[in-house]
Amino acid sequence: MIRSLSLKNLSVRRGGRLLFEGLALELAAGEACALTGPNGAGKTSLLRAVAGLVSLEAGEVAFDGVDAETARGAGLHLVGHQDGLKPARTAWEELRFWSLWCDGSEGSAQVAAETLELTPLLALEVRRLSAGQRRRLALARLLAAPRPLWLLDEPLSPLDARFRARFGELMADHLRRGGLILAAVHDPLPIPARALEIAP
Amino acid sequence: MSRLLTLLGRETALAWGRGGGPLVTVGFYAGVATLLPLAIGPERERLAAVATGAAWVALALASLLSLDRLFERDYEDGALDLLTLSPLPLELACAVKCLGQWIATGAPLALAAPVAAIALGAKPGLAPLILACALAGGLAFAFVGGIGAGLSLGARRGGLLTAVIVLPLFVPPVIFGGGALDAFASGLSWQAGFALLAAYAAAAVALGPLAMAAACRNALS
Repeated sequence: MIRSLSLKNLSVRRGGRLLFEGLALELAAGEACALTGPNGAGKTSLLRAVAGLVSLEAGEVAFDGVDAETARGAGLHLVGHQDGLKPARTAWEELRFWSLWCDGSEGSAQVAAETLELTPLLALEVRRLSAGQRRRLALARLLAAPRPLWLLDEPLSPLDARFRARFGELMADHLRRGGLILAAVHDPLPIPARALEIAP
Repeated sequence: MSRLLTLLGRETALAWGRGGGPLVTVGFYAGVATLLPLAIGPERERLAAVATGAAWVALALASLLSLDRLFERDYEDGALDLLTLSPLPLELACAVKCLGQWIATGAPLALAAPVAAIALGAKPGLAPLILACALAGGLAFAFVGGIGAGLSLGARRGGLLTAVIVLPLFVPPVIFGGGALDAFASGLSWQAGFALLAAYAAAAVALGPLAMAAACRNALS
């Protein structure tokens, strides 16, 4: 279980450009942090750096309670703009696969689908889903295979008002159970969250 | 283990549809095999002399067809990120992806290879060895090809780059398999050529995923 996330003096360079440097953050269990900043400031790169998908120019990402390899292998979810869903597969095939891949089960995938009102859509190919439905399918992975740290990149942007509120409740539940959320956003999160602005 | 089987099922299904799947690959293979008599001439003796070698080279080329998409779609749509964020090593995921590629395109090609060779004039008695060589060679092509597909991730015209990277690595299995088939057709011992082909395939299966995973991590970062 990840008890806290600690970013120390973090610098990330992408494509020869230094996106940010000296960035620090301490996030404890039950806390959320909203990453804000203009387009291209490095919010997505920061999330990917925490997930270990982007190499650091300097600094350290530390997870209290587990080592970094375990945390990245079984302790965090990343939901980004690219959702990993295959257009030619059905929503159920994709949700079931990602649930099993992330240590969930078929049962937990079904519950997650019901929670996000995806059940009537499960037989459809992913290509037939709207942007909002597709985002709900990607978010269902968070519920199907619970992991403590959620790294979310613009999680609410394609959702309508009702599902923004619904996902806000799910984020609040996650925090109550001791989870952590780090989310890159342009609009405010519907839950109490600290803010960290990334300025170029 | 169940997680890997789930991934294998998914990858096989995706490879079945990738780039047209086995129908396009086998169709390409049949097309190349059909063109050869037009270029070489219809004389049975001349065709029979090159039948096994031609069928073998055509199989290597057909194996290239869908390789460039092996990792590229996962890279573009974020699935590669998610496969990386797992307790299982990325190397295993890469190996399973190549196995899915082999099941979806390598195995159908292996079934088509004896038919193509016999149609070109090879002796029917060669069919079992052609099938065995095509199965082992196809495994080598899939896993060696995966290295090229990983190294060309993110590159413009990645398919061309994959072919340029991979074709030199296809040379040993083409030589070993072609040698075994030639030896069998001439009544000589074919076992050494087949053993070398199988050894190359085993080395590709063992070492290929290490290179693929390193290439994928490099592309992601």
